[in-house]
Amino acid sequence: MPAGFDEPWVHASLVHSLTLPTECRHRARTIAGPLFLFGCVTVTDVVHHAFDSARQQLDAHTAEVVAWHFHESTGCPFWLEKRSELNFDPLTEVQCYDDLKKFPLFEDQWLRGGPVRRWVPRGLADKRVYVFETGGTTGIPKSRIAIDDFRTDYSLFSDTLPADYFPVGANWLMLGPSGPRRLRLAVEHLAQHREGICFCIDLDPRWVIKLIKKGWMEHLEEYKKHCIDQAITVLSAGHDVKCMFGTPKLIESLCLELEQRGTSIGEMGITGIFSGGTEFTPQWTRFCVEELFGGPPEESGIFMTPTYGNTLMGLAASGPCNAANDYKITYYAPQPRAVVEVVDFADPSQLAGYGETGRAKLTTLTQEFFVPGFLERDEGEREGPCEKFPWDGISGVRPFHELSEATIVGVY
Amino acid sequence: MITLPAIRWGEPYESLEVDSINHFHTGEPVARLHAVGAGIVRRDAKKAGHARKLLQEISPADLIARCKAAGALLESSSLSVGDSCQSPDAFIAQQSATTGMPTSMCRANLAKNAYVLQNIDKIISCLTRGLDLNILSLGYGDEGRGVTVSYQSQCDALGAVLPNNSPGVHTLWLPVIALQIGLVLKPGSSEPWTPYRVFAAMVEAGIPKEAFCLYPGSGADIGSAILSSCNRSMIFGGPQTTEQYSGNPRVQVHGPGNSKIVFGDDCVDNWERHTDMMVDSVFRNGGRSCVNCSSIYASRHAKEIAMALAEQLGPIEVLPPDDPDAGLAALTTAGAAEAIYSVVERDAKHPLVTDMTQAYGARLVSAPPVAYLRPVVLHHASQESASRNNEYMFPMVNVVECPQEDMLPTMESTLVCTAVTEDKQFQRQLIAAKNIDRLNLGPIPTPQLDWLQPHEGNLIEFLYRSRALQIQNTNSHPD
Repeated sequence: MPAGFDEPWVHASLVHSLTLPTECRHRARTIAGPLFLFGCVTVTDVVHHAFDSARQQLDAHTAEVVAWHFHESTGCPFWLEKRSELNFDPLTEVQCYDDLKKFPLFEDQWLRGGPVRRWVPRGLADKRVYVFETGGTTGIPKSRIAIDDFRTDYSLFSDTLPADYFPVGANWLMLGPSGPRRLRLAVEHLAQHREGICFCIDLDPRWVIKLIKKGWMEHLEEYKKHCIDQAITVLSAGHDVKCMFGTPKLIESLCLELEQRGTSIGEMGITGIFSGGTEFTPQWTRFCVEELFGGPPEESGIFMTPTYGNTLMGLAASGPCNAANDYKITYYAPQPRAVVEVVDFADPSQLAGYGETGRAKLTTLTQEFFVPGFLERDEGEREGPCEKFPWDGISGVRPFHELSEATIVGVY
Repeated sequence: MITLPAIRWGEPYESLEVDSINHFHTGEPVARLHAVGAGIVRRDAKKAGHARKLLQEISPADLIARCKAAGALLESSSLSVGDSCQSPDAFIAQQSATTGMPTSMCRANLAKNAYVLQNIDKIISCLTRGLDLNILSLGYGDEGRGVTVSYQSQCDALGAVLPNNSPGVHTLWLPVIALQIGLVLKPGSSEPWTPYRVFAAMVEAGIPKEAFCLYPGSGADIGSAILSSCNRSMIFGGPQTTEQYSGNPRVQVHGPGNSKIVFGDDCVDNWERHTDMMVDSVFRNGGRSCVNCSSIYASRHAKEIAMALAEQLGPIEVLPPDDPDAGLAALTTAGAAEAIYSVVERDAKHPLVTDMTQAYGARLVSAPPVAYLRPVVLHHASQESASRNNEYMFPMVNVVECPQEDMLPTMESTLVCTAVTEDKQFQRQLIAAKNIDRLNLGPIPTPQLDWLQPHEGNLIEFLYRSRALQIQNTNSHPD
């Protein structure tokens, strides 16, 4: 039995997607165990092969990225200095993804404060460098350098978008946080990658969080209206905008305001929306689809897809999310460039069981940036692979329960 | 276990997000609540005009009759609540199970809510100062003085963000339906019981279900949506909430009461006559209501008063919630009792403060997963004590030694003030004091509310605006 197949993990959608006799499909679901149990060679081979292949790719990629970041000629000052603190040699003792457990958990404090150049790999020293920030309402924000990663991540994400709803050549609206975040540039790149032009609304989430903390809810409402008014102006100006990024709160507000004005987001020409964050829940998706959009994509002509990610990691796309599966949202990281694991709350070195709840642990593995085992401020359920993404996913993403009361989510 | 769907203008709505509320002690699930998001609240709010229109189709007299019938049903009948048929006893058991309130208090609160509904005609008559409700309904009329008066509704539906732990506050929004205004309610996360039962009783009594929305869900998200989408709302919360919405004409805030008893110099020597009144004011309803007394001011005998209160309140023990003598409610939020008690201990360590209940055993009673706080009486040797007006969610009273002339400025904001004095000048000062909301002249327990009096602002003035409306006499011949 290959490594990784000692647990029941096969995603139900995979069972449906493969050619099996009805009886076998039924057994596959009811057994809820590895498909190789009942001798359907085709299924077993396909599943094993996809999972194995992805895992081998991840192992090879991990060894390559770690070697790059810890080699004197290519690594960044931060990791080269950190190497002396480690009780193992990353150059020789990291041969596969599981070897990353030898590293201590990544501390986000390491990203606060400078000099920012310590994160630039020597092997990329001649490149033009961006810096993106996350947090920063109070105190020093976390900084992450980037060269091409945000473009690469969003180009890869572009491949997951259905062309019927995100037509090539269509223009975009970016209705989300701008400023020091990468999102504005990333969405603009996505639009350009798909041969469109991106209109952007300026939005400062740090000010929004301050408004909430101060209890200035009327100012918050006005600021939201200010953003929505600008978005409607763009959509009304004849720019052929068909696609958009928006945060859940802003998409909701945009739709409600359009409804108030006697129109709808569909009538404004939008056919494809992507959004993200822990506020993108199944219930919220259902509300959007059923009440704000006017039905599922085939009826309303509007397709919306959730995403999960942050400045440190790439962009995790979602599996299918519709009425048939109660709008369940399952995210899959863009392996091998990034990995999302659901780990035990008490022992983050241990994976949670399939279907069990745990904390999200992110690992970023690119030539530009190496983050081994960063504990996110989110939790969720561990999901098995699906046909499109033959590796683990996470569903039901929400703020980590021990931090949730102190966390302001979905502010913009 | 009972399932409570969200109610969207009378229609049940099953959400994909279902919260469970559990027994405060056993942890067993008691109810499943279908939670909705802010978008649904904001979208539904656009249809509030329909709720008002339906209510306006029923005459005020008929609506009042139906509200009275609802009061009787609320107290005595089995009603269709969520997916179950709920008897009054089941309601009381469920409310006690999730809030930690003794069943005797839950029963008393049910009776209080029923009383308000059954006397809604008298209450509204007093709130309106006898105005003919047909004038409110029509928008204008003549009260018999030959002058046209006009009142304009300021909202189609009142929003109410209800508290988690105080089943006694619901009387404040009960008169709204009889005023032909709809209700948009966010039930407390541990106390959805009263709003759902009132809704059931009112519908059973013939009030259109389309006049009601009930939105369980995340406190901040739903609350904020209700406050921003209803033109008039009421919210219940702590000092931070009070401060946040203070001065906002669209929001009526109900926060800590800091209710007090003051003794005038002319009566303070007879304080012993009023010991039972003071104990009742501190202890009734578990001491967690805004109308419970949290400070007593006296120019002399303060230590004796504190000692006498401690003798009665100090020995009170925690009893099971179904014990008819139970008077203390559990603090069900993890760590809340410990956090509150640590602040009380800090107050008591001040050189001007003495804990008079120290001799009566530990105050913090742990009963995992909840905890209780037994009554505390603190004596403050001077009004200089910074904690003299502190209020907590359990029976706790500060007895403050303070000269009469210094009482009013040092009392600060006071929801209910019971003044034991015959001194006419002091009474005039109390009547004029802007930091006192409800004033009791005489030894009336602070929680003893006359329902024929307005509470924290007049609901009518909040919901209706008096404005000019002139009608041209068709027989007249203007120049």
